[in-house]
Parts: sequence; C-alpha cells; structure tokens
Amino acid sequence: MTPVDKVPVLRRGYRFQWEPAQACHVLLYPEGMIKLNDSASEIFKLIDGRQDVAAIIANLSERFPDVPGIDEDIFAFMEVASAQFWIDFL
Amino acid sequence: MLSSGSTFSKVASAKPNVPKPGPPLWLLAELTYRCPLQCPYCSNPLDFAKHGKELTTAQWIEVFRQSREMGAAQLGFSGGEPLVRQDLAELIKAARDMGYYTNLITSGIGLTEKRIAEFSEAGLDHIQISFQAADEEVNNMLAGSKKAFAQKLAMARAVKAHGYPMVLNFVTHRHNIDRIERIIDLCLELEADFVELATCQFYGWAELNRAGLLPTRAQLANAERITNQYRARLQAQNHPCKLIFVTPDYYEERPKACMNGWANLFLDITPDGTALPCHSARQLPVEFPNVLEHSISHIWNESFGFNRFRGDDWMPEPCRSCDEKHKDFGGCRCQAFMLTGDASNADPVCSKSAHHGVILAAREEAERASQGMQALTMRNEKASRLIVKV
Ligand code: SF4
Ligand code: SF4
Repeated sequence: MTPVDKVPVLRRGYRFQWEPAQACHVLLYPEGMIKLNDSASEIFKLIDGRQDVAAIIANLSERFPDVPGIDEDIFAFMEVASAQFWIDFL
Repeated sequence: MLSSGSTFSKVASAKPNVPKPGPPLWLLAELTYRCPLQCPYCSNPLDFAKHGKELTTAQWIEVFRQSREMGAAQLGFSGGEPLVRQDLAELIKAARDMGYYTNLITSGIGLTEKRIAEFSEAGLDHIQISFQAADEEVNNMLAGSKKAFAQKLAMARAVKAHGYPMVLNFVTHRHNIDRIERIIDLCLELEADFVELATCQFYGWAELNRAGLLPTRAQLANAERITNQYRARLQAQNHPCKLIFVTPDYYEERPKACMNGWANLFLDITPDGTALPCHSARQLPVEFPNVLEHSISHIWNESFGFNRFRGDDWMPEPCRSCDEKHKDFGGCRCQAFMLTGDASNADPVCSKSAHHGVILAAREEAERASQGMQALTMRNEKASRLIVKV
C-alpha cells in the first residue's frame, strides 16, 4: 500500500483537464487520452505535488462524509495510477 | 494510440441512417509535404510534388480554434517534416493556449537545441522522433541521407535533456525487423517513454514498395516474441517505458477497425487545407472539403466526404449481412480501394472477402521475395514526377 506521507505528482508530460465537449475530465498524455469518472477526477484535482496521500484522504473524507471506505478507494487509485505511470511519488 | 473514443453515440441525425459522429478528438495538422528525407514507405500521396500552396499561419490557427471548439483535444503537428515550417513555434503556442495537448511528430532532421528550447517555451507537450532502423547503415539508406542517424540520436538525447516525454517510432519492415533487439535496446538507452514498433502500413509510397517491405510471418512472430520478452523484463523492473507493437494486417483474417470508424474521431488537415478523415484518404475517389471554403463544423457534420462511409448503409455484401460489421466497420476503405478497385468493398484482409486472394498472394510473395533494398523506390520529387504526370 502507498505510504500516507508520499506526495503524488503527475508524471511529466501528463495533463489533467476539463473537456467541455466531452463533459468530463480527461488525462492527456503523448498521443493519448483517458476519460475520467467523477471519483478519479476528484482525486486528480488534489494531486498538485504538494499534498501527501494523507492530506488527500482527509480532504475528500471531509467533503464526502457519506461515502464509506473512501480511504481504501484512494489507496486503490494510487496503486493503479502509479502502476500505469500516470503519477510519480515525491 | 488514442485510447479513448468510446463515444459512439448512435443518435439519429438529420440524414437518415447516418449516425451522429462523436467529436473529432484528434486533430492532425499536416503542415507541409516538404521533407528532407525520402523514406520508401512514406504515407504521403504519390503525387505530392503536385501539391503546392500551404495554409498560412493565420489559417492554421483558425483551423485549431474551430476544431478545439468542436472538442479536439490532441493536436499532432506532422508532415512531411513539420520543422520545415518557420512558424512552428508560433503555431504550437497558439494551440497550447487553446488547451490542446500538443505533439510534434518529426524525423528529427532540422531539429536543434535552440528550437527544442523555443518549442518548450511555446508549451509543446511531447516530441515523437521516427527512426528508420537502429542500424546506422540501414537507417541512412532508407532515409536517403548519411547524417540522418547521428542527428536523430543527438536530438533524441536533447529532447530528454529538456525534460520532454519522448515517443520513439520505428517503422519496421523486412529489412530491419530482424534487428528488433538492437532497436529496443537503443530506445531504452535513449530513455524513450513510449516505443512504437509499427510494421509499415501499405499506403502511399509503401504500397508501391510492398514486395520489398512486407516481412514474412516467421520474421513477425520472432519480433513479437522478442518484444514480449522485453515487456516482461521491463515490468519486472517497474520500468516506465511502454512498448507498442503493431502488426501489419496482411497476416490477419479480420481487418482492423480502421480509424475507429470512418470520420469518427480523427480529423486530418493536409498542407493545402483539404480535410480528410484519415491521412491516406486523399487517394479515394471521394471529394473532400477544404477549410478555406467550409467551416470545420460543416466539414465534420455535413460534408459529403466525411459522411460517405459513416454508418453501414453504404456496405455491400459480405459486410452488409455480417454480424461483425460494428466491430471492424468493414476495415480500411483505402485498402479496399487499392486492392479491389472499389472503396465500398470489404477490406480484402477479411477472409470473407471475395478478394482475400490478393492478401494471400502478398504473403506468398513475401516468403519468396529476395528483392534488395536498392530496388525500393525512394520518395523524392523526381520519382514523384515519374509516377504521376505533372
Ligand atoms: S515518412 Fe519519411 S519521407 Fe515521408 S514525411 Fe515522414 S520522414 Fe518524410
Ligand atoms: S465481412 Fe466485412 S464486416 Fe464482416 S468481418 Fe469481414 S470486413 Fe468485417
């Protein structure tokens, strides 16, 4: 599991942005694009190279108190995102 | 490599039975057909010497603006060799400011440290360099230039030194595919983030040279096996480099879902402003609109050329009654046209096609062919004029 004091940052050349035409957030990278669902987008919004995983969990738990197991979702996201090399950890 | 495109909204549009297309997410700007190299597999049209006038800076920027409004998010600058355009940095900046992810697709010839820095300042997101082979001699012979290889290596290093993500693209064919280990080693040494090992597609110049380029089945199987070994090794090392291996569809029994369906995702603007749904579509006997005469919205949604093969009403048999037609859309229109003479036919790669024999014959020919590299027709103005009367 990703240690909570690690700071995720987007891999160089990867960009997260809102696409009005597709009405969703996307991750853009060399010659590719992935449409993101709402939960992934909420996490990506907080990946700024300053907040560590603990801060991201605290932020989202506070904003979405009714979502059970949000920390597990965030850990799972970190696993996938780093296995895909979308993010690095500082 | 665009891994989205799940937007097949089958909403009825004004025209009966033509499904409403998704947005043109991928815009390819073929800035120029000029190129200092002469690859025999070049996908540029055979009559490229006939095409003269290129869009101006302002005209290109207007194309970017309108396409972005329609939803384009990926923008590729290609050619020919896009570095020939002196306004490239200006175009990059304009596109980046609109929110595009900007890709420069180059042979590396004409690239300098100074320009790399300039592009970086303009906001360029990524650079792809294409190689002809990992072996200096073969590379130079195929590219028709001696200094090409050394220049490419130097520029690949400079691209990484400037912190760009880098895609290295190797077009493979029967003369270089046996050195795939050397190719992959070189890419890893250059710290490529993505490596595309694509067997050349047989359009444009490559079709003319097919017998000299198509690898044998054994060559392909061997190359794929080696690529998989490297993948396993990279994964074990948690190495970020991704290897992408694209096989030629000449060895398949079903065609590729070409371009994810006709005019469904991809918009190509050629140097003179002609809009195409795929970069090899210009050869089809279909009239395509020009951005100097029509808006991008009209071109994408209304024009005859872009609607010509949307949906499935245009399909003759065997595609018409085939239950796989929504999977592969009948394959590639250009390949159907080139090999059967009718662009509406099933792609002859399909074993259900009455013309599948031409593919089988090409495979056999690959087994027998002993044609050396000297026999390949190089892509240059002189050859272009010899092939197409100007
Ligand atoms: S394929 Fe070769 S000749 Fe054709 S545009 Fe690219 S670099 Fe130039
Ligand atoms: S017959 Fe046509 S639709 Fe069916 S698999 Fe072959 S090419 Fe595809």
